[in-house]
Amino acid sequence: MMFTVLRTVRLGVKSLLLHKLRSVLTMLGIIFGVCSVVSMLAIGEGASFEAQQAIKKLGSNNILLRSVKPADDNKVSSGTRSFATEYGLTYQDAGRLQLTIPGVKRVLPMRVIRDNLRFAQNSVAGQIIGTHPLYAEIAGLDIVRGRFLTETDETHMDNVCAITAGLSAQLFPFQDPLAEEVKVGSDYYRVVGVVRERSTEQKRPGAASPAEGNALDSNIYIPLSTARSRFGETLIRRSAGSFEAERVQLHQITVQLSDPDRVETAVPQIESTLQHFHTKRDYEMIVPLQLLRQAEETKRMFNIVLGSIAAISLLVGGIGIMNIMLATVTERTREIGIRRALGARKQDIVLQFLVETLVLSVGGGLIGLCLGIIVPLLVQALTHMPTVITVWSLVLAFTISAAVGVLFGMYPASRAANLRPIEALRHI
Amino acid sequence: MSDEIIRLENVEKTFSLGEVEVKALRGVNLEIRQGSYVAIMGPSGSGKSTMLNILGCLDSPSRGQYFLGGEDVSQMSDDALSAVRGKRLGFVFQSYNLIDQLSVLENIHVPLFYQGKNLDACYEECEALARLVGLGDRLDHRPTQLSGGQQQRVAIARSLVNDPLLILADEPTGNLDSKTGQEILELFEKLNASGKTIVLVTHGDEVAQRAHRVLHMLDGVIDRENFNHEKALYEAKAAS
Repeated sequence: MMFTVLRTVRLGVKSLLLHKLRSVLTMLGIIFGVCSVVSMLAIGEGASFEAQQAIKKLGSNNILLRSVKPADDNKVSSGTRSFATEYGLTYQDAGRLQLTIPGVKRVLPMRVIRDNLRFAQNSVAGQIIGTHPLYAEIAGLDIVRGRFLTETDETHMDNVCAITAGLSAQLFPFQDPLAEEVKVGSDYYRVVGVVRERSTEQKRPGAASPAEGNALDSNIYIPLSTARSRFGETLIRRSAGSFEAERVQLHQITVQLSDPDRVETAVPQIESTLQHFHTKRDYEMIVPLQLLRQAEETKRMFNIVLGSIAAISLLVGGIGIMNIMLATVTERTREIGIRRALGARKQDIVLQFLVETLVLSVGGGLIGLCLGIIVPLLVQALTHMPTVITVWSLVLAFTISAAVGVLFGMYPASRAANLRPIEALRHI
Repeated sequence: MSDEIIRLENVEKTFSLGEVEVKALRGVNLEIRQGSYVAIMGPSGSGKSTMLNILGCLDSPSRGQYFLGGEDVSQMSDDALSAVRGKRLGFVFQSYNLIDQLSVLENIHVPLFYQGKNLDACYEECEALARLVGLGDRLDHRPTQLSGGQQQRVAIARSLVNDPLLILADEPTGNLDSKTGQEILELFEKLNASGKTIVLVTHGDEVAQRAHRVLHMLDGVIDRENFNHEKALYEAKAAS
């Protein structure tokens, strides 16, 4: 059996080589089809890979709570009720969450203050982040030099800070940052360490995690207790003749759970805990795990759309093959008659034509796979868009191309086999 | 009757052309023995092509029985008929019917291909046949590179490759000039002398006269037969 197939394959290749141009043109449909399946899926996979990485960085067992200014509250309160808009998460919230939510590992409060960071003549607009020493671990900060904040800094309300590598380069182009102090407002903070966000190594603009905003590279981290004592809770923002005051205790609380399975149950628990103490909806909850699921869902949709577009092009390629094979059958009717007279059974004829179709489609499929691997690499090299070629997309594309060969080869082949030998012989 | 190769018993063949039924054969009885050289003659429409198709197992009779080498092939399945054609029959056609994309040697090999034999395995056999028909030096030529006579020789070599019971030739000299035709006929005679059974269909009297036995067909039956050879006459008498 193996032997028969091998011989028939040799025969098929030989017949196809007789019409090289025609064979290549016929294969083009499949080549482009397979190529587009592979490269589209690679590009789609690459796009969602980025988003998923960003979300994963937030931690799949974390829940982020962030203070947001309630929309309706803005106009009403500014003149009538109080001087400063008061909203957001409180220190009490952080304490309550720590105590009430089962499975909580850590609750990490954080304040974010925007101000100018200065050293000598240099001034950089950046963020002062008041946080806990554990922040470095949870947010994925790498320590480049020195150390991050410690518990001692926290309890002593020390004026110390860790700064990001980007800020370090801007403020201290010629000095060693570890020996210097950053001035914020009227206070000085001694630099104890330089840190770097893991994601910034990959140079991905716009993919910054939502927790840090976009001033990713100009942050200084100070102990939360220091932030509270130096800046208070009222923040005044001046702009063009008017000013706006806000009273916010905490800008963000990161709730870290002991394992990702707990996230689902913790979400409604946190919600109900906070609802009792917040009459206005002045916080939002970000659940990276849910975002991840959404991203996966989006990716799935994306894959289905891209996949079906590519599948249609494969289908068109298959129809092209069938068309040519039907023409070939007509053209070779006499040959079929001769072969039948000389002892070929119907199944021999079916096999012969099916093998030719398969050689076209599988050959086209293989060339398409090669192109499909090259195209995403080119795209990546030219546009810096990440692409991910997955093994399953290669397998899928190749399988479809072979299936197209069988499917669209069946009809011409059976038509060839069902010709009556006498009539086929009479054909000119 | 071990040397009986063909026996037709009341073979009828009916074609339906729309509503009209055409009887191409109306009860043919025929015996052909091993080693015979038989020509079938007759005007157009006399049923000789149908006869040849049935003898060649390319078509089945509507009624009656056909024994080929003692085996009833009249009701065989398509696959079984293919096997019979491949193993027991050799065909020589008017228009040669070689496969253009194959070389001389590969063309000769085709019937063996369908018996599952590789060309490498029976290369010598095929080469010997090519030499027998005088084409030993053109093994790798394509049919289009050969003259008509040469192509017909390839076809004859091909018809011999499976060592058939019977060689069926349909107007083998029809497309050839008379000199080449003579050469082909001489080749047939040589084969017949070596014991091959040959049945050929022809229009030409001079071609038919070289056969040992001539069947004249008319309106779907064998109208009369001539014996050009004492041996054939003797055999026919012995049979009856």
